[in-house]
Amino acid sequence: MANVLELQGITKRFPGVLANDKIDIALREGKILALLGENGAGKSTLMNILYGLYKPDEGKIFVRGKEVEINGPNDAIELGIGMVHQHFMLIPVMTVVENVMLGVESIKNGLFLDREKVAKRIHEISEQYGLEVDPHAYIQDLPVGIQQRVEIIKVLYRSADILILDEPTAVLTPQEVEGLFKIINTLIKAGKSIIFITHKLKEVIAIADDISVLRLGRMVGSIEPSNATPQKLATMMVGRDVSLVVQKKVAEPKEAVLKVENLFVRDERQNMTVRGVSFEVRKGEVLGVAGVQGNGQTELVYALTGLLPVDGGTIELEGKMLHNATPRQILESGVAHIPEDRQRHGLILNFPIHDNMVLCTYYKEPFAHGVSLQEKPIFSNAEELIKQYDVRTPNIYVNVGTLSGGNQQKVIVAREFSRPIDLLIASQPTRGLDVGSIEYIHLQIIKKRDEGTGVLVVSSELDEILALSDRIAVMYKGQIMDVLDAKQATKEDLGLLMAGIHPEKTSKKK
Amino acid sequence: MSNTNVQVTNLALEKRKRVSYGMTLLIVGVLMYLFFGLNTQAGVQTTFGLNVAGTQAIVIPDLIVPAQTTIYLMVAIIVFAGAYQLARGVKSTGLLIGIIAFTFVTAFLTWAAQDKSFNLTGMLSSSLVRATPIALAALCGVISERAAVINIGVEGIMLMSAQIAVVTASITQNLYIGLIAAILVGGLVAAFHAFLVIRFKVDQVVSGVAINIIGAGLTSFLSAKYLQSDTLNNSGTFPIISIPILSEIPVLGPTLFANNIIVYLMLVLVVLMHITLFYTPWGLRTRAVGEHPKAADTLGVNVYLMRYVNVIIGGMIAGLGGAYFTIGSVGRFDELMTSGKGFIGLAATIFGKWTPIGAFASSLIFGFADSLQVKLQILRVPIPSEFLLMAPYIVTMIILTGVVGRAIPPAADGQPYEK
Ligand SMILES: Nc1ncnc2c1ncn2[C@@H]1O[C@H](COP(=O)(O)OP(=O)(O)OP(=O)(O)O)[C@@H](O)[C@H]1O
Ligand SMILES: [Mg+2]
Repeated sequence: MANVLELQGITKRFPGVLANDKIDIALREGKILALLGENGAGKSTLMNILYGLYKPDEGKIFVRGKEVEINGPNDAIELGIGMVHQHFMLIPVMTVVENVMLGVESIKNGLFLDREKVAKRIHEISEQYGLEVDPHAYIQDLPVGIQQRVEIIKVLYRSADILILDEPTAVLTPQEVEGLFKIINTLIKAGKSIIFITHKLKEVIAIADDISVLRLGRMVGSIEPSNATPQKLATMMVGRDVSLVVQKKVAEPKEAVLKVENLFVRDERQNMTVRGVSFEVRKGEVLGVAGVQGNGQTELVYALTGLLPVDGGTIELEGKMLHNATPRQILESGVAHIPEDRQRHGLILNFPIHDNMVLCTYYKEPFAHGVSLQEKPIFSNAEELIKQYDVRTPNIYVNVGTLSGGNQQKVIVAREFSRPIDLLIASQPTRGLDVGSIEYIHLQIIKKRDEGTGVLVVSSELDEILALSDRIAVMYKGQIMDVLDAKQATKEDLGLLMAGIHPEKTSKKK
Repeated sequence: MSNTNVQVTNLALEKRKRVSYGMTLLIVGVLMYLFFGLNTQAGVQTTFGLNVAGTQAIVIPDLIVPAQTTIYLMVAIIVFAGAYQLARGVKSTGLLIGIIAFTFVTAFLTWAAQDKSFNLTGMLSSSLVRATPIALAALCGVISERAAVINIGVEGIMLMSAQIAVVTASITQNLYIGLIAAILVGGLVAAFHAFLVIRFKVDQVVSGVAINIIGAGLTSFLSAKYLQSDTLNNSGTFPIISIPILSEIPVLGPTLFANNIIVYLMLVLVVLMHITLFYTPWGLRTRAVGEHPKAADTLGVNVYLMRYVNVIIGGMIAGLGGAYFTIGSVGRFDELMTSGKGFIGLAATIFGKWTPIGAFASSLIFGFADSLQVKLQILRVPIPSEFLLMAPYIVTMIILTGVVGRAIPPAADGQPYEK
């Protein structure tokens, strides 16, 4: 079958980084091409070139057999190329209609926005592809899964027939992923061609027609999904054998380090989202918190780390009461936090790596004498940590914002693990990370556990919860449904609990 | 069990809010009684004039009220509202603030003008006139900041435009040429600001402050050197244009329909900007560029172009505001004659939540405070005139400290955009 799209010899350099090195890929008409690769392999860069956001240093692009030059998103849109970006490009304070029509506004009476016409068109698209959404809703009121639909509608509204989906599943719950796959199927049936980027290997095998793998900016090869196994793909991506299951000893839990009693927390909009939660985390164990995203896990973690005030109940860390303590008091009591939203709560994107590495300790010896920061120890600290934690970066002086997602996460892990801690709170610690990085971060978490740290892992990925936890608490509507022993927990039981149903006979109270 | 707990905490929060608003009303009521009620003799009357001499409006009888009774009535209203709030709670905080403002201002004016006559219509009409330059500065703020460029240089722009307006008008003997010159200079200075902050990513506040300093210094220097004689600094002012029929409506006529061209232009601009921002593609793109420039960029919107054009238009509006000071009101330039109106305009931008209509409404409040101050000096109210002069600025400060809730600026406001 004909290729709708071909990239030949695409090369792109950033200062100090060769992001794409003579890459060739081809997309067959009406097919799904999965693009795999480690964090920082250059997938997003390649797609941004295709969409006209970056200019390639070398290389040719062919669309439907004709060589084209893409100088900006407008050119790409004209060629029928549409892109759903890794970080959503939606304006929260505007409605779906406004977001969709921006740039290609419908006009009535010669001058005015025709919102109704656009809403009607959105309805049509919704119906045709199963993308249900209220056109007049504000983006900020929509859950991520629906926001993503809006992104896809934006692309379809511009009648794209080549769709680029850059890590569309990273932020979705398993249910939402299923919905997305259904939508993708309808799109393919309607004759669209799709490039799909993801780190989730099972998804790739389930959905792709072709698979191409990038590593360090280079194309390492293509593979047929029928021949692919997760293990094979992982090895291709990382260039070595990766263990997809976490190797760990049986936990040896000791006394409790964190005790939470009857905790109530409101979210930023004053809704009570944590409603009377009690649990404890013991030294040397991992307590996993499972649950569909949006059942209070986020706010629970915010309260534990001082990012949201506590509305009722107590938080006790090694005998110290920490509800409504400031984040710094909490940090200094020995709590480490790997936040869910790394760009918002974990890093200062416009600061260089070395400064981000001392965000919790910059005011202390040896990084500061009195009021002045000491460059030398700060630099050598960063040099050491990027080596130890294998952060891929040209040097420690670049802004953290230019690193790929996985490497940003490693910076946080390196910083949080570089000081003595009693409790580790990790929220979605591997969201958007490649298999190599996931393996690495999981190993680090288990290592901390074995050193006697108490660990609280919050994740909406059941696989991750099952891989790491010794005990599993399931949250539903702001309450803990049950706490299970990880050895006895099955996916089915957890799934039921996550839906708010008690599978009575198997549940084991702890 | 936990559900009842939730309700309990919810109720507690609401109760706190209810009580604090109720107490505020009661305290203001008591203060009104102490200061105004007790300082008024029984039987004294206050006259509120409703006609302005020399206008075409149909003459209607003035409003004459018994002073003490009126004040007590106001106190009764606010105390009743406070008590009701304590007992039941009112949903709309806007209503509560409206009650405070209305009763307080009425009681205050009744007290201040007791035994005398106070021209209410004249006061309203001068409020609008005094709000005009503030509103124009605020509109400049709205349109620039909607595209994410902060322009605190309005004060400087207005000074320069005020000066150029009077000088060109004096030379050419044509006020309209002066007006156009003012608008062009405003646009030019704003273009310079835009160039610095968009192209070279100079800090927007620094660039704005620089414009203010240059504006103040340059105009003062030129004024001292060349504008002391009348040849270059005597232009006359725009005439009042009375709109037929409409200007004959009592109260409203003299206030709204008998003004000079700059006031009318300001009113038209408020409406025009509102429609443009919220109902046209240009407005949608402007707001997108101010909220999330990267998103706009990925949809093919030219972020830089949008910013340049909006900032320049803003500058032209500020230039019009500058012209008001000279050819729109006194016909000559005096050093630093804008006296902070540009900054008050910026406050109005914020208080008006970055909407044209909100900005205009807040400008009216400032204009009201400003003209009240003048009227009270004439009435010889026993308050030192220095304090009265402070009134508009105090109102600015009270409002900016957030009496009326938090305003959320455009998300990218003040940030340069890098591809
Ligand atoms: N604007 C930029 N300036 C400098 N370097 C950049 C920029 N964008 C990307 N890079 C670098 O280019 C490389 C490729 O990054 P890219 O975002 O394409 O990776 P990716 O494959 O999409 O990774 P991930 O799976 O984490 O999203 C990385 O080393 C990154 O640091
Ligand atoms: Mg990417």
